[in-house]
Amino acid sequence: MAQLGVKIGNLKLSNPVLTASGTFGYGEEFSDFIDLNRLGGFIVKGTTLEPRQGNDYPRMVETPSGMLNAVGLQNKGVDYFIENIYPRLTKYSSEIIVNISGSSIDDYAAVASKLNALPRINAIEVNISCPNVKTGGMAFGTTTAGAVSVTKAVRDAFDKTVIVKLSPNVTDITEIARAVESEGADAVSLINTLMGMAIDVERQRPYLSTYTGGLSGAAVRPVAVRMVWQVHKAVKIPIVGLGGIMSGRDALEFILAGATAIEVGTANFINPRTTVEIVDYINDYCARHGVDDINQLIGII
Amino acid sequence: METTRDNGGHNYMADFLITESISAGNGVVLLKMTPADSNMQLSEMNICPGQFVQVQTPDNATFLRRPISICYVDNSTNQLWLLVRDAGNGSRAIMHAPVNSVLNIILPLGNGFGMENCGSTPLLIGGGVGTAPLLMLGAKLKEKGIQPTFLIGARTRDAILLEEELKACGEICISTDDGSYGEQGVVTQNSVLSRQFTSIYCCGPLPMMKAVAKIAADKNIYCEVSLENVMGCGIGACLCCVEKTVDGNLCVCKDGPVFNINQLLWHN
Repeated sequence: MAQLGVKIGNLKLSNPVLTASGTFGYGEEFSDFIDLNRLGGFIVKGTTLEPRQGNDYPRMVETPSGMLNAVGLQNKGVDYFIENIYPRLTKYSSEIIVNISGSSIDDYAAVASKLNALPRINAIEVNISCPNVKTGGMAFGTTTAGAVSVTKAVRDAFDKTVIVKLSPNVTDITEIARAVESEGADAVSLINTLMGMAIDVERQRPYLSTYTGGLSGAAVRPVAVRMVWQVHKAVKIPIVGLGGIMSGRDALEFILAGATAIEVGTANFINPRTTVEIVDYINDYCARHGVDDINQLIGII
Repeated sequence: METTRDNGGHNYMADFLITESISAGNGVVLLKMTPADSNMQLSEMNICPGQFVQVQTPDNATFLRRPISICYVDNSTNQLWLLVRDAGNGSRAIMHAPVNSVLNIILPLGNGFGMENCGSTPLLIGGGVGTAPLLMLGAKLKEKGIQPTFLIGARTRDAILLEEELKACGEICISTDDGSYGEQGVVTQNSVLSRQFTSIYCCGPLPMMKAVAKIAADKNIYCEVSLENVMGCGIGACLCCVEKTVDGNLCVCKDGPVFNINQLLWHN
């Protein structure tokens, strides 16, 4: 068996397979289907300082090889997470990474600071790329100034590994990646959803209550692989790759393009066992290719 | 007000072999299927009426799974019944899946109907393919010694589904839009509603369920409805299928699909 452990900043993962925020609930939703301890870690849903109700229904429409969503960060807030969810998750050996979001720089810092006190939370993923909220979210992730200010604030508030999740809805993602690297981000994850839109032509109305939403699923994968490859050339910090990973083969694409770890998102909805099947595939792949350490494959393209 | 059940049961993902495909007319097919792994017993899955399954569409006809109500579970033959209507690419691919082909299914999902509040004279109202979960509900009520009354609505006589199966569980009253069978009109105009009922369970098109909910609220009758908001995951992870309730946005897939009408904000 190959060595599958990887490092993201100071965060040690037993294997490179993580779950994408917003697609895996709090992990427990999947415990009937998989052994959560077999994952490198799981990234729980986007958490904000105050509870959020999210956007109005309808929030989702299927599109060719993918889906558009406009959930809008519905969650019960960081205090609820700390009191009610976190204690239940500590029974798992996998790393628990919390995805955080905010409407202001202060919000991000406050959430990061509260999570910093939790001994089993060794990393946070900072969402500066949600396309489905009116304030904050992607607004911070589409300019270098915005990305820099969030990263700086979170870096000051959180001592452990900070992963900044980048938006693909920018002219040059490498520019944003370099900016957050310079502010002390330990890693970047990419890509968040691509902003999209779909219209019901019979009813002559958009499918989503918000008109636009975030595109995910297999459809976005080539865009994501390209961006991971470009960012890998541009920064020295590790990259967590995601976007349309449906199988072990797809995960290898990201690793070869430069991802140290990968996140499985929309695929969880279709096959809730996708993550562990990817772990098995990577083991098998390494055996077939005579690779004794997964780190040897990262970014060889 | 917490009136729906906690969906704490185990979920399974399994291949099912289609054993029968029965045309019910009007673009509706009744599929009967059994776990491909013959050691898997549906009777051990603790399936409740009103729960649903997520079906992977054959040949990846669609990207996401499609949620379909559980129509009936026949423990004697270890068969799951699904009533499938042609409502788009996904359901069309499922309904045309041939006998002896395999469907991958996640089940049982959602909360199901709350039978503990039904009283002695429950009325089960179904519209079109929404009749499906009422068969299992009616059969379970009959097992408990409660005689349900069914009120089934459809456009025409041909579109009345599961009539014989429902009759085996209780009395059946029918409304058709064109008067070709039963009473002419919509279910809320049916004369059976002048009788006294202790509870109403309803599944069908949204306008029908809203009209039924209004009648139930006006008469102060316990009433549950089964919603079918567009779903992503079916297991409460993606938060796409939310319905506004007195407790905020709840997932139809996990907190529903069955809701007490007092939880919903339909009449505000």
